[in-house]
Amino acid sequence: GLGAAALAGPAVAQEDLEPNTLDQITSYNNFYEFGYDKEDPAAHADAMVIEPWSVKVDGLVDRPGDYALADLLDGLEVEERIYRLRCVEGWSMVIPWNGVELADVLAKVGVQEGARFVAFETTVQPEVMPGVQRGVLDFPYVEGLRLDEAQHPLTILATGLYGESLPKQNGAPIRLVVPWKYGFKSIKSIVRISLVEQQPPATWNLTNPSEYGFYSNVNPTVDHPRWSQATERRIGGGLFSSRQPTLMFNGYDEVAGLYEGMDLAENF
Amino acid sequence: MAVPAPLTQTVNGWLRVVPPWTLYVLGALYMGWLFWRAATDVALVEPIDWLERAYGLASLQLLVATLAVTPLRRFAGLNLLRFRRALGLLVFFFVLAHLLVWALLDVQALGAVWADIVKRPYVTIGMAAFLLLVPLAVTSNDRSLRRLGGAVWRKLHKLTYAVAVLGAIHYVWLARGFALEPLVYMGLIAGLLALRLPAPRAAAA
Repeated sequence: GLGAAALAGPAVAQEDLEPNTLDQITSYNNFYEFGYDKEDPAAHADAMVIEPWSVKVDGLVDRPGDYALADLLDGLEVEERIYRLRCVEGWSMVIPWNGVELADVLAKVGVQEGARFVAFETTVQPEVMPGVQRGVLDFPYVEGLRLDEAQHPLTILATGLYGESLPKQNGAPIRLVVPWKYGFKSIKSIVRISLVEQQPPATWNLTNPSEYGFYSNVNPTVDHPRWSQATERRIGGGLFSSRQPTLMFNGYDEVAGLYEGMDLAENF
Repeated sequence: MAVPAPLTQTVNGWLRVVPPWTLYVLGALYMGWLFWRAATDVALVEPIDWLERAYGLASLQLLVATLAVTPLRRFAGLNLLRFRRALGLLVFFFVLAHLLVWALLDVQALGAVWADIVKRPYVTIGMAAFLLLVPLAVTSNDRSLRRLGGAVWRKLHKLTYAVAVLGAIHYVWLARGFALEPLVYMGLIAGLLALRLPAPRAAAA
């Protein structure tokens, strides 16, 4: 891993970055297109079609178009990044991703003057997605980042896990990973990336704006209206595992500068 | 009451030889098995959440079964009355287990437990349902029935309806979106309570 511990910041002990097992990472997922339950993605995602895959890049970019996945990634360095993942529900994992920096992809397509946000969209394949058939959320799932968040070196587009191709339940073939935000911001199975001027819609924010903000930075001092965010449970500790304190920005203090002067209780 | 169909009569006959205490044995075995699985099954990625939900769901299922006893007798002639006390007490014990898993294994801190009860409406509602179950469990014996008298006892035990409604709301409210399963339980409970409304008087012939 390329300086994964260094990226995590000095406050976090090394043993804290002991990755979860592949089995845990691939059998406990939220991917509502396949259903509500944590087991649903592993049970149903197999049928998702990921070849061929192309990503539409549009909006305020110099080189818009439908990029075949290989073309989008061509020439970019795939790195391993061992990141903590904190779910808004109060659990967490440590995941060894493989991916490219989103900033490099954005540089490749050429961000135009005036672009301030990046919008993302997940594939919709109703015939193989039971959650889409039942309409459990408004699909396609959409998410967004401010441009400076998107260009931060911690932000990656992941294409693999444990050195292998990304499993479908984890958002194959390409997904966002923003480690200082709650997991739902890290949108899966991306088919569209748009550079835009206005803050784009985000699915959970649309579904319940009082519970899920646009920023959704991990923040132990701002509770979810229905549960505390002060602590979390690391997956894998068994029935008698202890909770551990949740860290501001999930421990990735280096992003604090992005939010200087902002009231994070207001912009939660 | 409907005249039981021959098959129902046969089933009623079989049920007469089953002692109600077998339900306590089955309930205890099920509760223990769930705990053992949570403690040992490595395939359960999040065993605390799993056990909490399993006990909560069993509570609701037993509650639905308890509420179904009277309508089944009235409309189908199926007589499960002898088992109702055991079903009701099992509701109490599973809710208690659910509460203990939540407080001791999930939240893990007394201050946070209290904060959740005060601050989080769905926890408040769940706690209220548990508190309402306490007097029902305490008076679920023949001695209490005699001491209170049938009328008072029956009135007291109508609290079951409130417990059921609170339990259903608790389940719907804790989901992250509007999940299907909680709504199914809400519907079942609403239906079973609706069957108890006084029947509209038949039009005079």
